[in-house]
Order: sequence, then C-alpha cells, then structure tokens
Amino acid sequence: MTISIDPQKTHNESLQPKGWLRYFSFSLDHKVIGIQYLVCGFLFYLIGGTLASAIRIELTSPMSDFMPRDVYNQVLTLHGTIMIFLWIVPVVNGAFGNYLIPFYVGARDMAFPRLNAVAFWLIPPSGLMLVASYFVEGAAQAGWTAYPPLSITTPQSGQIIWILSVLLLGGSSIFGGINFIATIIKLRRPGLKLMQLPMYCWAMLGTSLLVVLSTPVLAGTLILLSFDIIANTGFFNPVLGGNVVVYQHLFWFYSHPAVYIMVLPAFGLVSEILPVHARKPLFGYTTMVFSIMGIVVLGLVVWAHHMFTSGTPPWMRLFFTIATAFIAVPTGIKFFNWVATLWGGKISINSAMLFSCGFIINFVFGGITGVALAQVPFDIHVHDTYFVVAHFHYIVYGGTVFIIFSSIYHWFPKVTGKMLSEKLGILHFIITFIGFNLCFAPQHWLGLNGMPRRVAEYDPQFQFVNQISSLGALLMALSTIPFLINVFLSVRNGKNAGDNPWNALTPEWLTSSPPPVENWKGEAPLVEEPYGYGKEISEQK
Amino acid sequence: MLNKNIYLILIISLVFAISFWIGFNVNLLPAQASINAPIYDELFKILFIIGLIIFIGMTIAVIYSLFKFRKRNDQIGDGIALEGNLSLEIVWTIIPSIIVLLIGLYSYNIYDRMGGMKELNHNHEMMSSNTEKIWAGISQTSDNEIAINNLSIEVSAMQFAFLFNYPKGNFISGELHVPVDKKVSMKMESKDVIHAFWVPEFRIKQDIIPGQPTVLNFTPTKVGKYPIICAELCGPYHGGMRASIIVEEESDYNEWFNNNKKQEVNL
Repeated sequence: MTISIDPQKTHNESLQPKGWLRYFSFSLDHKVIGIQYLVCGFLFYLIGGTLASAIRIELTSPMSDFMPRDVYNQVLTLHGTIMIFLWIVPVVNGAFGNYLIPFYVGARDMAFPRLNAVAFWLIPPSGLMLVASYFVEGAAQAGWTAYPPLSITTPQSGQIIWILSVLLLGGSSIFGGINFIATIIKLRRPGLKLMQLPMYCWAMLGTSLLVVLSTPVLAGTLILLSFDIIANTGFFNPVLGGNVVVYQHLFWFYSHPAVYIMVLPAFGLVSEILPVHARKPLFGYTTMVFSIMGIVVLGLVVWAHHMFTSGTPPWMRLFFTIATAFIAVPTGIKFFNWVATLWGGKISINSAMLFSCGFIINFVFGGITGVALAQVPFDIHVHDTYFVVAHFHYIVYGGTVFIIFSSIYHWFPKVTGKMLSEKLGILHFIITFIGFNLCFAPQHWLGLNGMPRRVAEYDPQFQFVNQISSLGALLMALSTIPFLINVFLSVRNGKNAGDNPWNALTPEWLTSSPPPVENWKGEAPLVEEPYGYGKEISEQK
Repeated sequence: MLNKNIYLILIISLVFAISFWIGFNVNLLPAQASINAPIYDELFKILFIIGLIIFIGMTIAVIYSLFKFRKRNDQIGDGIALEGNLSLEIVWTIIPSIIVLLIGLYSYNIYDRMGGMKELNHNHEMMSSNTEKIWAGISQTSDNEIAINNLSIEVSAMQFAFLFNYPKGNFISGELHVPVDKKVSMKMESKDVIHAFWVPEFRIKQDIIPGQPTVLNFTPTKVGKYPIICAELCGPYHGGMRASIIVEEESDYNEWFNNNKKQEVNL
C-alpha cells in the first residue's frame, strides 16, 4: 500500500488559499482540518454555554419566570445536543485526532484526506441548521434523548430538523472513525510497532471502534423516529401499537458508548500531557492499552443502566448493574497509573498540568458517583434527578472539557509557534475549577432531596442551593474571558515557542512549530520510545 | 524507610477515620417514610464512605505529588525512568475488582430486601380478569402479609397530572391517600407520554409508560404529606406536574375512603 501523498500530483497547490483563508477552505491538510474542528467546536461551546447560562438564570428562582416553559425545554434540548454533538465529540476526536494522529503514526496526512474534509464540512451546516430551527416553529423540546412519545407529539419541524442535524453529525463522526482506524492500522511508518504508539493512538483506535459500531444504530433509530413523526408509522408510537421502551434501548446502545467516545480520547490526551510535564515515562503502558480495550468492550454492554426505572425486568437490571460497575476497574487502573506517573517526577506546575490534575480529581469524583448510580437500588431514587445531572457534568465537563483546555495549553505552541501566557492560564484554571465545583457539587444534594432534572420550577426550599449553583455557572462563564484574551494576545505577540518548548519526545515536537504542510521536511522520524524520559538523551536525539 | 511507612499508615487511617465520621454524621437524604427508605439509606451510607475514602485518598495523592515532586528552580533533567510496576498494577486491578464485586453483591442484597427480585404481579383480587402482562416495576413484600390486606390502586398519568383510581371504592382522586404501615400496590399506566412516579421520602421511582403497565409496591411508615413528583420530561409543564401522597392513620384513612365512596355511590 502506498502511503505518502505527493502534493504536486494530488492537488494543485496554487489553487489552495494561503494564510488564514486556508481555514475557510476545503483544505485536505489534516492540521488545517484539526484547527477547523477546534475553532468551530469552540464557537458552538460558546453558544451551548450561553444556553446553559439561560438555564441557570431561570433556576435562580423557584418560579418559571425567565422564559416561557416551552422555550426552556428547547434551551435544555439544544444545550445538551450542542455540547455533545458539536463541541465535545468533534473537538476531542476530530480536532486533536486530526492534528496529532498522523504525527504519531509517522504519516504525512490522514488515510482519506477528502473524506476527512467532508467529515468536517458536515458540521457547520448541521450545527447552524440546529440553532436556526428555533426560528422556524421552535427548536426540538424533547430533551437530547428525544424519547417518544414526547418527541412525536411536540411541534414537528423542530424535532425533524434536530433529527436531520444529528444524522449529519453522526455521519461526520462515522467518517472520522473510519479514517482514524485506517490511519492508525495502515499508515504507520515502517518500523513503528503498535505497542510503540503514543497512548492517544490507542485511545482513538478504541473510540473509533465504538463510533463505527454504535453510531449506525443511532442513525437507524432516528430514521425510524422521523418516520413516526412525518409518515405516521408506529415503530415507537404506542397509539399505533409501537413500543417506547425499544427506542430507549436503541438510543442508549449508541448514547452510552457516546460517553466513552467523549472520555476515551481525553484519557489518551492526558496520557500524552502528564509524562511531558512530569518528566517521567507513562506508568504502565501495557495495562493502559488493555484497560482502554476493556472499556471499549464493557462500554458496549452497559446501556440499560440508563433505563433502570423504565420497563426493564429484574434480571436485566441486575446484569447491567454488574457490567456497569466493572467499568470502574479498567478506569481505576488508568487513574492509578496517572498518579503513579506523577509520583517521583519533576513536575512543572503550569496550566496544562493543572488542568490535567483538575481532570483527575473531578473525574474520580464523577466516577465514584457513577459506580453508585450503577447500583439499581441506588439509581431508583436518584434517576432523572439533579444527582444525575451533577454526575455526568463531572464526567464530561470536569473530565473531558478540562482535558480540552489542558490540551490547548499543551499544543498551542506547536500549532502557532507562540507560547500562551502562564499567568492568564493559571487564572483561567483557578476560576474554572472553583466555578465548576461550585456549580455542580451542590446539585448532588438537590437530586437526593427531591429536585428532578429538566424542570423550570422547583420547591422554594431548594432556592438557596440553586443560587449557589448559578453563581458557580457565572464563574464558569467568566472563566472563558482570561482564556480568550490569552489566546488572542498570544497569537499576536506571544513569546516565540521554538520547535520543542516542553522538551517532549512524542513525534509532533520533532518538527518545526508550526509544522510544514507535509509534517516533516525530510523523512518522518522513528520514535520507538515516546515516553523515554529519564533515560540517556543520546539514544533519543 | 520505617518512618515513611508510619506516615503512610497514619495518613491512610486518618483518611478512613474522616470518611467514616462524615459517612455517619452527615445526612444528605430527606426524611425516611417507607420501609424502603432505611434500607436505601444503609446502602447510601456504605457507598458514601467507600467513595469518600477513594476520593480523599486520590485527591491527597495528586496534591501531594504536585507539591512534593514539583520542579525546583535549580533542578534540571528528568524524573526517574520508571515505566511500570507489574505487581503494583496487579494490586490495583484486583483490589478494585473485589470492591466492585462486593458492592454489587451487597446492592443485590439491598435490592432483594426492597422486593426488587420478586415476581411482578399486581394484586387484583377484586378484578376478575388479570392476565395482562406487567412489564416492570418494584414488587415489594415486607413480611408475609396476606394479599387481601393490600391496598390496590390504579394510577393513570397524563400531561400534567396524576389520577388515582380506588377500585374498591369505585372513585378517582387527585390526591393519593394511604393508611400507614400497610402495603400499597399500584398499577400504573400513562395516557399520553412517559411520566414517572417519584416520592423522594420513600426512595422509590418508576416510569409510567403509555401502552405498558408498570407496578410499584411500597409500605409507608410515617404519617405525613409527601410530594409525588413526575421525574421524566413530559412537556412544558413537567416541572409543575406534582401531586401529594397523604399517609394517615388507618381510622383517618377509612373515614376519607368512606366519604368518597359514598359520594360516588350516590351519583
């Protein structure tokens, strides 16, 4: 199989825009596509964050008084959908995956560059369509889970646009997944063994397998749901003899693995960041690889733990309890290994390191509540309450979003050739960490004591705790300001980074910053020990 | 070396002590008003303590590492080239596996005590034909109560209200009245979208599904008025979909029941 692509033969370079215009073009360069994913995702993060602020403003008082009730349901539906499908999944997979994977396998681009560009360019139109559906007849208002019959009985146009948008985003995700698998398996530089790959490659291989196996199920389910809505079929419509619980099984068959599609890449990224800033090899490489694959396998057989209070018979509840709780084992291995990576290192306390450590603390907390939620008798009380809201925000925000920021601080010098300001970065971390915990920790108590999720009004006794939570949300919103100032100032007049400001050993640092179009001027280097810190430097350089 | 071990043991016992103290002294749960509630709270306490030990331990390990192993200004070079430690990794694979397994078995026991593993059927001794399939729910039997003693209620949920049908009295109420210390057996069905029946003080919840009846059995233990909350997004007024359950002494309940029953017969 021929792997290297000759730019002169494949596309005429003079037709490709240069400079910043590249980022608005159908570029085939994996690095450009990675940045497109990142910036596009961040814009949607700001939109999703604005919607989250609207929810928290509504919840500062027990009455439904900030916005109409149906608009509130649209806001929470769009918040969930945007944050999952347009921010976390594209960024943690598409952005970092596209930027880093070709470097890590020693390739000059992804296996299918055009498919790659198509995958990205599906995202902006479907995202805009989703946001614009608000102006048609109101956006979808059945939650991001779109459970029938509610999703069949609410205004149709919003729900149909929601389905179309999620289908396109799912397609983009599948294209990306196929591309990552092909690149990691087939485009490795000759001489580079699988067990020498940086951990992020393994994480992306596992994630992409999950994407390819489970996303088509979601697509099929949503197509059936759209038939129910527009063609009056009865797959999930109980009036016509349909079964609403079947939808939930099919939906969660994708959407539980989706959690791993959001966190496994973050596990990979943190495994790249910690060794560099702790100056130590990644602890337990082999067990890390096996635990990723263990999570992939277990992740496919735990979906019904989202349905303990739906129509699930007792034996099914029991099986899914045990399977879910066992995910804690491979996940726990990874966390112990990261702490062991820090242990005995020479740790630079910088923004990337702080966000990574914040991730460990938040995720351990979210993981513990996760094991508790896996227990049927525990879940029966707190299912569909703010306890669950708090739990999954600890996983996806305290976990993955912290790692997205950590990764931005870590790879910004490579992408732009400029350093970010550490002072602003640490300020960003402190406000985010305090704001996040202030926002979501109290929500555990709310759920335990009787506040269901997705409500615009609640008992007055919960007002004070809700206001604390909203204060935390305000801090989280404010925390983006130092971050944005930092990025804009540093891109213009940041300190020059040089090729390898962190003295890292992974292959993306062995080229110029920013890297040239084909990644390396000459041959791709063979990096057999991406985590060989503390060994004799001579063999590495 | 010995000194170090003593410190380690000291810190670990301190973490355990703090976790147990918090676990036994901090109550995060609402009042207990059914026989399920104390069983649930027992599970909660155990999980809370185990969770605290792990969380506090991990947090201390991370913060200590950041502090102790931070790079000093005069230092150059890397940390130790430690790539792994198989026996350590086996330890932290096996110990969590055992903990998880024990938690799973323990929660199975809790679930069994709550009646979760019992055969699902609804006591409809008053109704002649009861061949309908029950899909899901919690079937709780506290002691060997005779089925005829149970109170059977049919719940229907709709946007945005609960209705409680008392077949024995042939009337429908918007408030759920039940006598204290008596098993209540509910068959629930939705008229439109999915709802859920949740009483936080009882620690029970069950979805109410259109087209698929579910059951929920419970035994209230404390006289009082508690909220019934819809916990499944059911439309714009989801947050306002509430009802009350009034647990009262048997005599009060009978009075209420007879008053309503009479009314119904007169019609």
